[in-house]
Amino acid sequence: MKMQLKSAVAATALIVAGGTAWADCGIESGSVRILSNDFAALHAVAEWAEQCASDTVEVTKNQTEEHKNIQVPALSIDPATYTVAVVATNSIVPLLNDDLIRPLDDLVAEHGGQLQESQLIRVNGQIMAIAFMANSQHLFYREDVLAANGLEVPQTFEEMFAAAEVLKAAGYETPISSNFMPGWNLAAEFVNTYLGTGNDFFEPGSAKLAINNEDGLAVLETMKTMVDYMSNDWATFDSNSQKPIWEADEAVLSISWGSRAGAYIADDSPAPEIAAATAFAASPGIGDSNIPTAALWWDGFTIAKNISDEDAEASFIAMMRGISPEMMAENLDKAVWLIDGYEPTRASSGVIDGISKGARPYPMLPYMGILHTALGDNLSEFLQGQESAEQALADIEAAYTTAATEAGFLN
Amino acid sequence: MPHKTFLAFIWPSLLAMVLFIALPIFSVGYQSLFVEHEQVLIITENCGPFGCSDEVTVDAQAMATLRAEQPAGRFNGLSTYTNASHLATDEIGEIFATSENWNEIRNRIMNLPFYKALAFTLAYTFIVTPLVIILGFIIAVVVNAVPSMLKGPVIFFSLIPMLVTPLVGSLVLFWMIDSRGIIGAALQVVFDNPTLSLKASPTLTWITLFVYGVWHSAPFAFVVFYAGLQTVPQDTMESAMVDGANRWERIRFVIIPYLMPLATFIALMQLMDNFRVFEPIIGFSAAASATSLSYLIYNDLRAAESPLFGSAAATSMLTIVGVVILLLPVLRRNWREFNRKA
Repeated sequence: MKMQLKSAVAATALIVAGGTAWADCGIESGSVRILSNDFAALHAVAEWAEQCASDTVEVTKNQTEEHKNIQVPALSIDPATYTVAVVATNSIVPLLNDDLIRPLDDLVAEHGGQLQESQLIRVNGQIMAIAFMANSQHLFYREDVLAANGLEVPQTFEEMFAAAEVLKAAGYETPISSNFMPGWNLAAEFVNTYLGTGNDFFEPGSAKLAINNEDGLAVLETMKTMVDYMSNDWATFDSNSQKPIWEADEAVLSISWGSRAGAYIADDSPAPEIAAATAFAASPGIGDSNIPTAALWWDGFTIAKNISDEDAEASFIAMMRGISPEMMAENLDKAVWLIDGYEPTRASSGVIDGISKGARPYPMLPYMGILHTALGDNLSEFLQGQESAEQALADIEAAYTTAATEAGFLN
Repeated sequence: MPHKTFLAFIWPSLLAMVLFIALPIFSVGYQSLFVEHEQVLIITENCGPFGCSDEVTVDAQAMATLRAEQPAGRFNGLSTYTNASHLATDEIGEIFATSENWNEIRNRIMNLPFYKALAFTLAYTFIVTPLVIILGFIIAVVVNAVPSMLKGPVIFFSLIPMLVTPLVGSLVLFWMIDSRGIIGAALQVVFDNPTLSLKASPTLTWITLFVYGVWHSAPFAFVVFYAGLQTVPQDTMESAMVDGANRWERIRFVIIPYLMPLATFIALMQLMDNFRVFEPIIGFSAAASATSLSYLIYNDLRAAESPLFGSAAATSMLTIVGVVILLLPVLRRNWREFNRKA
């Protein structure tokens, strides 16, 4: 009993001390309500923003993978359920389309001293979001296995397939792995590879699809060859199911998300030797192009339109604390931060390599999501060998055109 | 019963049915006739961490005015029903006009998303439903013959597949049939084929889903039949025995005819349930090889950043039409039986 009382008093003292020590973010009063996706880097940001809570400032958070589906209805009502929506390159688009977020120019001028110019997401001249981290897919490879077989790190898909052939002969039945699960994942791989050709997805200035060409076919053939070197179960692989296969020593070359790299080489990995021998590089180039086949993504925050100016200011200041260099110093290996003073780590080397080799951003277009869905639904039959590449492209075009017409982007 | 009394008893449930069944269906039907307004697009210069570029964006203000004028969207009539993602009338016309033989016609129609989903949905419904009824009946007869001391535990274990949430049940099986899972690895040994994977080929995926469907629903049929078995008139059974009927003949000529109305009831429920097959497709990550009408609705609402309400509503209405067509024979049979009794 005595013990319990003591620890209760100690805990209370800690909480109070913590509260008073951090309460001074410079917010007088207001309510900060954060909606975001659910992964380690965003947990760190939200926890630091929560430090601004005080008697007069309320800070709450909802971190869920469902954020994309609730953000539009939640920000449409007045006052909005959330004051801060943490978004990425694709999920900001519906908020922009429906005019649900406010321009941040005034708030940046007043409270954004810590921000770098590259963090400001400008749409039509107005700052609509503040980016704080970058992400992209890239190559994961096993240094030890490549060296043992006399192989260099592949720079192009041709080199990658040649290496895979050698590895197959050396006893790795399925040397390549990637997120090929039909739906969002498989579509993302197509987008990555197509961006590497240097071409655009749409005719300039319109929503008309422009992938039904030589490059589209080349991308499909490349993906088909990938499948030949992948496990039979490729159609069920997302980024979570890839890690155990990597740790089981079954794959040597993998294309996966930069945000997962930290976990692959973490100290508590179940396969320490494999973790130590895992290294990262930019995604290979396709054909003669040396653009890495990977889309660059940013994650950032936006402030809702349908809230009071007081809450908007409180939210902005709290998020400035959330993405402060001090937060980054404590969470260096959780992301590729875009925050001032960031020094790359081993886990971020793949993303940085991709950026330096000229990888292209994921298109922030209002109809890109429709294309992404159409790609996700119509690639698997081709990859399973049930239809031709031409048919697959025609199916994608038909699905996209139907949906884009219904959404009002095409006539 | 006088009409007035009847009405007094029925009106609360009538009200609930109108509120919770008729109105939502009407609203979905209304929504299926509309699509999003034509988007007002403008070119803007957008900048971010990876540089600046001229990009197309939606003119949000102009769209807000349009939406305020017509909140339901742009009237589209039945065009959503006939477009390429649904009944695809134009595409089917073209397929018939340009194909050389029936095989090509079939392949090309099966490539259209709606018909692809419909094919799996119907196959699932018509394969799983009879198997569930047969298996449920067999389990019920067997359990009924178990010594009464063991009945409790046996019934409990037979019910487990139904108690497990469909999504969880399918995920458990999904991991068991993985090539590293207990069933997947065992099958590789049995068939002496180290690359055998139930997840790889469409045919095997379909079979896996059918097996899951039977596994999940058989307990429902079992419970209903088992309850029915407790009411089989003992004097009829005894007179059958006196007449020299063996066990099989008693089942064939007494029990099966007696339980037939229950079989109709189970068929009714299962046809409706199986036509809405959805969870196993998600649980088994089977969308590459098998899609259903419910999956199409889910995809329209969840996959893109902005949901396609019109498209989802049209598929929903088509699903309702499909259920009605499926149930017609069973309902007609019930109606005739009712009339005969009256």
